Amino acid sequence: MSVDNSILSVDDVSVHFTDSSGFLGLFGERQTVRAVDGISLDIGENDVVTLIGESGCGKSTLGKTIIGAQEPTHGSITYRGQDIWEAKNSRDPDIPFSEIRRSLQIIHQDPGSALNPNQRILTSLMLPLKKWNPNLGEEERRKRIYALLERVGLTPAEDFVERFPHQLSGGEKQRVVLVRSLLLNPDVILADEAISALDVSLRVEMMDLMLELQDLFNTSYVFISHDLSNARYIAEKSGGRIAVMYLGRIVEVGPIEQVIGDPQHPYTQALKWATPNLYEGDEDDDLPIRKIDIPDPTNRPSGCHFHPRCPKAREVCKTNDPGAFEDENGHAARCFRADDTHEYWDSPSIVDD
Amino acid sequence: MRTSNQNDSDPDQDVVFEVRDLEVTFGTNRGESRVVRNVDFDIYRNETLGMVGESGSGKSMTSSALMNAVVSPGETSGEVTYYPPDGGEPISVLDLDEEELRKFRWGEVAMVFQGAMSSFNPVKKVRGHFRETLEDHNRDVEAGLERAHQILGDLYLDPDRVLDSYPYELSGGMKQRALVALALILEPEVLVMDEPTAALDLLMQRSIVSLLKELKEEYDLTIIFITHDLPLLTKLADRLVVMYAFDIVEIGSTEEILYDAAHPYTRSLLNATPDLNAPIEEMQSISGAKPDPVTNIPGCSYRPRCPMADESCAEAEPPMADRGSGHRTACFYHDDVADEIPIPAMEAAEEGGESE
Repeated sequence: MSVDNSILSVDDVSVHFTDSSGFLGLFGERQTVRAVDGISLDIGENDVVTLIGESGCGKSTLGKTIIGAQEPTHGSITYRGQDIWEAKNSRDPDIPFSEIRRSLQIIHQDPGSALNPNQRILTSLMLPLKKWNPNLGEEERRKRIYALLERVGLTPAEDFVERFPHQLSGGEKQRVVLVRSLLLNPDVILADEAISALDVSLRVEMMDLMLELQDLFNTSYVFISHDLSNARYIAEKSGGRIAVMYLGRIVEVGPIEQVIGDPQHPYTQALKWATPNLYEGDEDDDLPIRKIDIPDPTNRPSGCHFHPRCPKAREVCKTNDPGAFEDENGHAARCFRADDTHEYWDSPSIVDD
Repeated sequence: MRTSNQNDSDPDQDVVFEVRDLEVTFGTNRGESRVVRNVDFDIYRNETLGMVGESGSGKSMTSSALMNAVVSPGETSGEVTYYPPDGGEPISVLDLDEEELRKFRWGEVAMVFQGAMSSFNPVKKVRGHFRETLEDHNRDVEAGLERAHQILGDLYLDPDRVLDSYPYELSGGMKQRALVALALILEPEVLVMDEPTAALDLLMQRSIVSLLKELKEEYDLTIIFITHDLPLLTKLADRLVVMYAFDIVEIGSTEEILYDAAHPYTRSLLNATPDLNAPIEEMQSISGAKPDPVTNIPGCSYRPRCPMADESCAEAEPPMADRGSGHRTACFYHDDVADEIPIPAMEAAEEGGESE
């Protein structure tokens, strides 16, 4: 899955966490969580990629790895052709690591804890500008901050910058955090559940604002969410892609219309079931999964990792791990069912009832 | 007297809770904070009643008042009457003393809160929680644990594994389901659930809602489900209560609220709800700020945010207008709302339905 003019290129990246703490490590077996397992993904200019999945599926770890905040245990991430972790460790990289860091920003879920409670908004916003644009005068910095604050609707800016975080509402705080990352003119912003903490009635507004600013600043977003309808909104409005993660892997990825409109993977279908619409007929209320709970990530099921929960699982799924089957539109799914000629179709079902 | 008062119960319904003039107030240094204002409604036996509204709209406080469980220094006034099954003597919940309340809660009405983590004692195994609850209420412990096995199994849990675990050994979704089982262990009539799925993944949320439907049938429950997740609620609730600014602005069957909402706030809320089918260019937020519980907005409390408000909305508080079949709403212009505030998602679904 490649994109022209990619800014970031994630190539076969894995992040494994091994438990080696305490005396248990002496006796017990070391447990490894494969939070991210062999993922490749390209992010282009002005691109939007939404990552979606249940908690523990590795979407945040992948997100952090994409922006260079988490070192992968395997594979590489390149920023405009420069390997990020080589840049960090080598003495004379083509693009210095600090430059890469500035270009890849993050917005966290909880804006309350992302702002220093003891600093006025102005201080919180001045500091990054001062660090990265030391040549800018105080007046100039202030001007930029005011302009951007007014752009996101925090008016009058002169009044807002004098406030402390506790004097702002959740939505206002999240705007300040968005402004803070945009001040550095980044290429990619990772929004990790950035709107989940906001009231439902404010979410659409915040997503619209993020997309408006994308046009203005030419920023790409990696948008992480556990909520399919929010992911769909932002991906569809921006013409972006959606990637569905399960136990460290992307199990389905593609243009939003196809992934939502015609999901190939039974897991994506289950997520769609879990995102009810207000206006639709009485759909099937039976669980589309055989087990409600996610398997132990340190001991993932053999074959297709989804097979113990999958309502369509057959014998072959227990032993064979499906690769990605991609169609001509860039819509790919890691499920044998996406391949009309696979031996899966002759394999006996393992679903009881 | 039944005929004269529009707040009287529907005589055709078997009412389990009757709430009248319910008020919850807190004294603050800025003045009296009225977090529930003059709330009237009935809950019918064996229904699932959904309560929806923005955070801080008073829905949690209203549900706590059903069990007289508003924490001090909150003051609850008004009438909450509970009707036991099989025609037992009605109970005035707000007049119960400590000992009567202890029996009433859990035995008659059980509650499941949002944070499953903090509802369990972290140093006690799950089995201990079941045992303790049964002992405290003088029930047969062995028979109770037998029932616990059954309920846990109904919730797709491995009963022995869960009972032998400490809370920290269970995932969030497992804990929340174990908590539902614990709430049902004394066979209550009514189950109140306050954002029981909010901290969980969407697949877990939807699964729990699906299981609750089955539990409700199996154990003859009345469920009161509070959430801000409207799409999820519509899959579970028979009737919906929409709260805004500490009072009910609309109440009716789920169908009525979805397809014939007659309060501007309800319609805006429906429009602000993300929907996989809704045309994205039509989705919008509700502008304006949430009301403050200390201030009293004269007239209609939604007026400052309402696109339809005029002078008459400032002069008097709109009474609950009856739109038939139990659908009531507090808006002077309830007949015009549908034209003024269209719901594109509903129209898209209807058009889609016709063309298919």
